[in-house]
Amino acid sequence: MENLAKQKVIQDLKPQQFGKRGMIWVGILLFICAVGLFAYIRQLSKGLVVTSMRDYVSWGIYISNFVFFVAISLVGSLITAVLRLSDVHWSTPLTRIAEIIAVAAITFASIIIVVDMGRPERFYNLFLHGRLQSPIIWDVIVITTYFFISMLLLYFPLLPDLNILMKLKEKTSKGLDKLYSFLGSFWKNTPGQIKINERAISILSITIIPVAFSIHTVTSWLFATTYRPGWDSTNFGAYFISGAFLVGAGGVVVAMYVFRKAYKLENYIKEDHFDKMGKVLVMLALLYLYFNINEFLVPAFKMKKPEEEHLVGLFTGEFAPIFWFAIFTAMIIPIFILLFKKGRKPLPAFIAGCLVVIGSWFKRYLIVTPTLLHPFLPMQDVPDSYRHYFPSWEEWAIAMGSLAGVLLIITIFARIFPIIPIQETITEIEEHENV
Amino acid sequence: MNTHDTSRREFLAASLLAGAALAGCNTKNPFEKDAAEMVNPSGEMVKLLSVDGEVIEIDKAFLKPVPHLPAVSNDAARLGIGNKKFVMVIDLSRCKSLKKCQSACNHMHHVHPGQNWIKVYPMQDAEHTAPYWQPTTCMHCDEPPCVKVCPVDATFKRQDGIVLIDSDRCIGCRFCMAACPYSTRVFNWEEPEMEPEIAAQPYSCESSVPQKKGTVGKCDFCPDMARKGELPHCVSACPNGVFLFGDMLEDSVTNGAETFRFSDLIKDKAGYRLMEDLGTKPSVYYLPPVNRNFPFENAETKEEAKKS
Ligand code: SF4
Ligand code: SF4
Repeated sequence: MENLAKQKVIQDLKPQQFGKRGMIWVGILLFICAVGLFAYIRQLSKGLVVTSMRDYVSWGIYISNFVFFVAISLVGSLITAVLRLSDVHWSTPLTRIAEIIAVAAITFASIIIVVDMGRPERFYNLFLHGRLQSPIIWDVIVITTYFFISMLLLYFPLLPDLNILMKLKEKTSKGLDKLYSFLGSFWKNTPGQIKINERAISILSITIIPVAFSIHTVTSWLFATTYRPGWDSTNFGAYFISGAFLVGAGGVVVAMYVFRKAYKLENYIKEDHFDKMGKVLVMLALLYLYFNINEFLVPAFKMKKPEEEHLVGLFTGEFAPIFWFAIFTAMIIPIFILLFKKGRKPLPAFIAGCLVVIGSWFKRYLIVTPTLLHPFLPMQDVPDSYRHYFPSWEEWAIAMGSLAGVLLIITIFARIFPIIPIQETITEIEEHENV
Repeated sequence: MNTHDTSRREFLAASLLAGAALAGCNTKNPFEKDAAEMVNPSGEMVKLLSVDGEVIEIDKAFLKPVPHLPAVSNDAARLGIGNKKFVMVIDLSRCKSLKKCQSACNHMHHVHPGQNWIKVYPMQDAEHTAPYWQPTTCMHCDEPPCVKVCPVDATFKRQDGIVLIDSDRCIGCRFCMAACPYSTRVFNWEEPEMEPEIAAQPYSCESSVPQKKGTVGKCDFCPDMARKGELPHCVSACPNGVFLFGDMLEDSVTNGAETFRFSDLIKDKAGYRLMEDLGTKPSVYYLPPVNRNFPFENAETKEEAKKS
């Protein structure tokens, strides 16, 4: 490959300073985060009473947000591991996007779970007095593991790129340069190093798959290990994982579109990528639909007494609008958009991706709350406010703050590091030319 | 039905004592009843907390120290009382939803206003079956789902069968609330309001007092009372003798006035447990609402009907 072309790739992909729009974007995110932080400080001083959660609905949008984050983080393993191992090359430019989504989401999953705790300052008890039979401890273990593997999967492929960035003539800024050399100055691009790095990445790609499956399976078990109608299901692990892959892939499509626009990456994130990701999305949406049918149709056929109230509430009752909204926006409409070749063009695919992500968020809410409003024994001897749930402004602020936090991490990461792997892109072009 | 005379006497004595015992005065604790007649009032009054949780004033001269009861350590509270297996029987045929049990329990445990550890449900199992009142406490399950899921051993099962909460350890994750099929757990969503003398008491998982913000709470079967040989507050508060409490190993249960052989009572009256199919193995048994002492009257629904 000619040096000139190589230089162009580097110039195209190196991290760029925020433009005006970037600044506004970051400003908005920071503002939302700040409001969330303010709400959390209120919650810390007054207690969880500032939320709308009460004795019956003891888990609310914090927990559904947690499930959402864990779900979306699974995409890291889908794109980097599953596709990499199945020798799919078109996904190379997407690996880093997927991996940073994973790291950012899993970080905020951990944060939001601490936010949900009544006594966050006693977090250390999990290590001091942890009991292995509690699914929460399993979750702590697998999520930590997943976080570190994801970090490494982000870091190792970054090493050659850091080397390239350090060699750049026009320096970006002093601080960034220091950061690059701190992270990657030992990397000399020697064949030995490259070989070790490749091996490490493929080992990690294999190990992350069972870990990824465990994080979301264990998260589903937080619900499935209880007796409650709507949670007491053997389908839950698979149901959660299929949903997670769907929302994660949807998130990647959205991010692809935004980065492509913002950084003018049309030559790297091509229409073909949207086409392929669109197909992946259709497949995942169908898979999730399949598990949904399992999850709802089988109990609905029997209509056991405790299940009945819950199911009727979802199908035609209080939660019906959200329920059908979630089913349609997360699955049915995206399937219809993406089934057509025209629907897999960047813009419609982006819209479908947005629908998937939004619908999935509400889906998580439906998994958590309606069940809690239908206990075995009827709700009794409690104030009226305990019988309903609508999140308080503090809960909304904190939940939105955490979503903004995820976006902020991704945005800042893309400001500091190349969001499309430079070295891998070059190698791929070279290989292509040699063939 | 066999009555156990010895244990009956024991419990009668215990309930007498309960009438006299006073908490809330830490160093010079309760006084003996018979001593009261022989003392001349000194004119110096002290404030005390009565069994009903009310602050009362009493002449200082009436106070007499009793042998100091050593505070139960956390380890001992986690272990439980030796050679006991506590059990409760709730006789549905006697309940008319007076809720005296509830108010006594709330009072003594300083439960947050609006929340209740004891709930009294108006139940009707099917359209044409008879309605009845069903008081529920924590079932102190022998296979407690709440204990299984607690990540930090803040909810634990003791060898005497009681399931307790250690509010000094609870991280407030509320997993146990989701896991309990009997919806018996409540959460301290805010800083509990308490009189300063109560807030100043040293916390013990056996008394569940003082309640702590951000932690979970529920019926504790009053192990602090059991240690003193006394009955739980709900048992002594109920004028209809709905609650019977006792020890499975002794095979006896009592409501203070009557004592029964537990196994006979359950056999004769066809006792059962709630949600047997879940396999939680509750320690609370119910006697079916047959031959009832009171007709079922639901004031709440009556009022609602009047309004509409
Ligand atoms: S009734 Fe609920 S809180 Fe009580 S022991 Fe059983 S599961 Fe635990
Ligand atoms: S809320 Fe407290 S008692 Fe309940 S599971 Fe969590 S730590 Fe254990």
